[in-house]
Amino acid sequence: MSSAASVPLSQKFKLPNGVEYEQPLGLFVNGEFVTGKEGKTFEVINPATGKIVGLVHEATAADVDIAVDAAEAAFYDGPWSKMSSADRGRLLLKLADLFEENLTVLASIEAFDNGKAIQLARGDISACIGCLRYYGGWADKIHGKVIETSPESFNYTKQEPIGVCGQIIPWNFPLLMWAWKIGPAIACGNTVVLKTAEQTPLGGLYAARLCKEAGFPPGVINIISGFGRTAGSAIASHMKIHKVAFTGSTLVGRQIMKAAAESNLKKVTLELGGKSPNIVFEDADVDRAVEWINFGIYYNAGQCCCAGSRIYVQESIYDKVIEAFKKRAEANVVGNPFDEATFQGAQVSEAQYNRIMSYVEIGKKEGATVETGGERHGSEGYFIKPTVFSNVTEDMRIMQEEIFGPVCTIAKFKDLEDVISKGNSTSYGLASAVHTRSLSTAMEVANRLRAGTVWVNCYNSIHWALPFGGYGESGIGRELGKEALRNYTQVKTVNINLS
Amino acid sequence: MSSAASVPLSQKFKLPNGVEYEQPLGLFINGDFVTGKEGKVFEVINPATAKVVGFVHEATAADVDIAVDAAETAFYDGPWSKMSAADRSKLLLKLADLFEENLTVLASIEAFDNGKSIQLARGDITACIGCLRYYGGWADKIHGKVIETSPESFNYTKQEPIGVCGQIIPWNFPLLMWAWKIGPAIACGNTVVLKTAEQTPLGGLYAAKLCKDAGFPPGVINIISGFGRTAGAAIASHMKIHKVAFTGSTLVGRQIMKAAAESNLKKVTLELGGKSPNIVFEDADIDRAVEWINFGIYYNAGQCCCAGSRIYVQESIYDKVIEAFKKRAEANVVGNPFDETTFQGAQVSEAQYNRIMSYVEIGKEEGATVETGGERHGSEGYFIKPTVFSNVTENMRIMQEEIFGPVCTIAKFKDLEDVINKGNSTAYGLASAVHTRSLGTAMEVANRIRAGTVWVNCYNSIHWALPFGGYGESGIGRELGKEALRNYTQIKTVSINLS
Repeated sequence: MSSAASVPLSQKFKLPNGVEYEQPLGLFVNGEFVTGKEGKTFEVINPATGKIVGLVHEATAADVDIAVDAAEAAFYDGPWSKMSSADRGRLLLKLADLFEENLTVLASIEAFDNGKAIQLARGDISACIGCLRYYGGWADKIHGKVIETSPESFNYTKQEPIGVCGQIIPWNFPLLMWAWKIGPAIACGNTVVLKTAEQTPLGGLYAARLCKEAGFPPGVINIISGFGRTAGSAIASHMKIHKVAFTGSTLVGRQIMKAAAESNLKKVTLELGGKSPNIVFEDADVDRAVEWINFGIYYNAGQCCCAGSRIYVQESIYDKVIEAFKKRAEANVVGNPFDEATFQGAQVSEAQYNRIMSYVEIGKKEGATVETGGERHGSEGYFIKPTVFSNVTEDMRIMQEEIFGPVCTIAKFKDLEDVISKGNSTSYGLASAVHTRSLSTAMEVANRLRAGTVWVNCYNSIHWALPFGGYGESGIGRELGKEALRNYTQVKTVNINLS
Repeated sequence: MSSAASVPLSQKFKLPNGVEYEQPLGLFINGDFVTGKEGKVFEVINPATAKVVGFVHEATAADVDIAVDAAETAFYDGPWSKMSAADRSKLLLKLADLFEENLTVLASIEAFDNGKSIQLARGDITACIGCLRYYGGWADKIHGKVIETSPESFNYTKQEPIGVCGQIIPWNFPLLMWAWKIGPAIACGNTVVLKTAEQTPLGGLYAAKLCKDAGFPPGVINIISGFGRTAGAAIASHMKIHKVAFTGSTLVGRQIMKAAAESNLKKVTLELGGKSPNIVFEDADIDRAVEWINFGIYYNAGQCCCAGSRIYVQESIYDKVIEAFKKRAEANVVGNPFDETTFQGAQVSEAQYNRIMSYVEIGKEEGATVETGGERHGSEGYFIKPTVFSNVTENMRIMQEEIFGPVCTIAKFKDLEDVINKGNSTAYGLASAVHTRSLGTAMEVANRIRAGTVWVNCYNSIHWALPFGGYGESGIGRELGKEALRNYTQIKTVSINLS
């Protein structure tokens, strides 16, 4: 294992598509890239090849302490604490512009580190830009209220920033999740300590450099690379962090909430797993529905919390749909992320690859039928063929548990009552979709499905202006839209006695 | 110990002020008063006399299950699920009217069960009526949004009820806390299982009868008497309760949040303890400030989460203020709750009495000076003399820990910087007040104190229209105002593809 001494704070990378750039490798704390206090580093692996491509510096609890102190100092003293909200907004808009100028590099890093197709990576960066601009625009529009109670008092509320916010993001959309967190937290005037996922540390560090270029004062945005068990856990338990936002697995989400309760009762928002139903009624435009059920599960190689992993097709069109879907699934171009024709890249890591393949085995053992896929794609890297399981029953593990890969189940349903029941039958509730031409079907399904998002005649149509989050065990709170601002403010009521 | 067989479901009570009424004693589940499944009962004690005055039926985990099932059924089927928001509103308004018709009985029960003075109890019931009417008015005004993202989609959000909500309320304002919880939860269309405090079960059961009279369908509002360790824990861990609201101690608040994380990641709001600073600047109207510092700590016998228990007086007026405050504290009429001249009633229980008196001993041991009080009042019941500690230092336990009784500390401060520092020096952050004639001072203190509420030239001026809740370890979330509706709704985003 390399020691910190041999790993520089920054290194020139040359990517498979020829893009060359300077990749920061240190922890971005208080405006500088630094080594970790314990001198540790960890490997960066390219999922498309399975090979180690470099090392980054690792943050442990000691580094979290330093970052929090820097963030706290930035919050209470220094330029950030005196900055108008309009100026905060401008910094975010500047950051969005820098993302736009660096789109090719950022998308290339994303494809390299995460293994996703370059066309999808570009889409991610466009969404980052939209998100940062959106929140840049909110910064100076966070209003309190004046509330009348009686002529003898003057009462108002303020939506104040919380202070130092801890943010822990996942590896499936490294830069997009970075933007979803940074945007609203910064717009509301907080300072942040954000830990990227250990599988995908590169993009966040490059973006950190863009934060410095944009002109954010030191300590406002701190980006650290590290592991959940150490750095993530330190954030969740930190006595000076008053809010933690976590996106990741339900298992870890529970640990975060417990740590928050045991430490300082910090506010907690969680975006967790899902097992979202994608429902096709007989009156749908079947050709388009097949496109959407394909996109719903294989987009991002199935690594979406909101993936449409349980497909339900009305009986009368089931045979037609499954035939068309098989063909469509097999037509997905899987392979080299840097090939412009590629749709589905690699799974992010060997551990994820193994986990997904073990679910494929579980599905086979449970007696489901593999309609297509169910095996590795190629012989290098963590690629899995688009997989469809049919002849499934509701209680099968592959119907209840989140697989997080290009593996879906497809089942029949009789009528609306039947599919609503099935749709609502897991402990999750992140997203869902219904494909139909009928207004009343669309309305009734949208009303009765217990999910934070219902897509009608589409899937994965996430947009920064629309609140996103889970019912049930899919999470607590909402990201995106104006809603996200609540996660990063606290209400102060001031009541002035005029009598 | 009495058994359930010997305790009826209802009994005629005659109170010290001559009020006679029928007091329900059973658990109010699914529209009826019933015995507990395990046949347990527990004592009701009048704090003013320390005598057992009766028994109520006790809910254990098995009863919580039954109540939750009833609440779940009421939520998904039956009249409540089909009721328009306007009709929900009418029920709450009717309930408010019934509270108004029963004001004398309710206030008398409150004084009898909690030990507070009848004049204060009447104020509580008036606030209950205002709160229920206020939320009755919100019921049909809970709007979603239509959010434009592109011409090719139509997107809207709905603020949907969560389902079965668990609510655990404290003993300090039994009926007011009941109204603060029921109002917003019901306005938003949820069904509830509410556990009253074991020290004060009577009022909540009478109010349950009023719910039935008002016409709430069975199962919508379930009121159970019981203990935190059993019934409360069952609520916090219940897999079918998707939101828990708790008001009480910080210690128990942590347990609730952990139980929520370990069970089904239910949403959690907490209203916990406080150690609120009450600050008098030299330019204040001193006579009025003395009234407010007296009211700030001795109101409700100091049993307020937001009690102004740390009084800070600017150096130059300290001697004058402490002299006047001593006199004012000693002038408080302490005693029989049913005496119309009584201001300060009994502490709610022997356990609370002992706890407060132990803090008085701690204060003495820590070297603080007892300016007045510091001992029992009278020889019957849990009465404590209004107590003032001076010569205190910031690190004393009596300055850092919540005492929850008629015991305050008074200290000097030099200037604004000094008192802001001191004001923000605990882990809490529930409320605060500043007494000053200066606009600049009022604004700066209001901006810089880390507390959910800042009162200016008043104290304890809580109103149902103004959000109330804590910074730091004083809690998570806000009650009252429009804010409370967020605690009881979840957002669903629907995105319809028009292309």
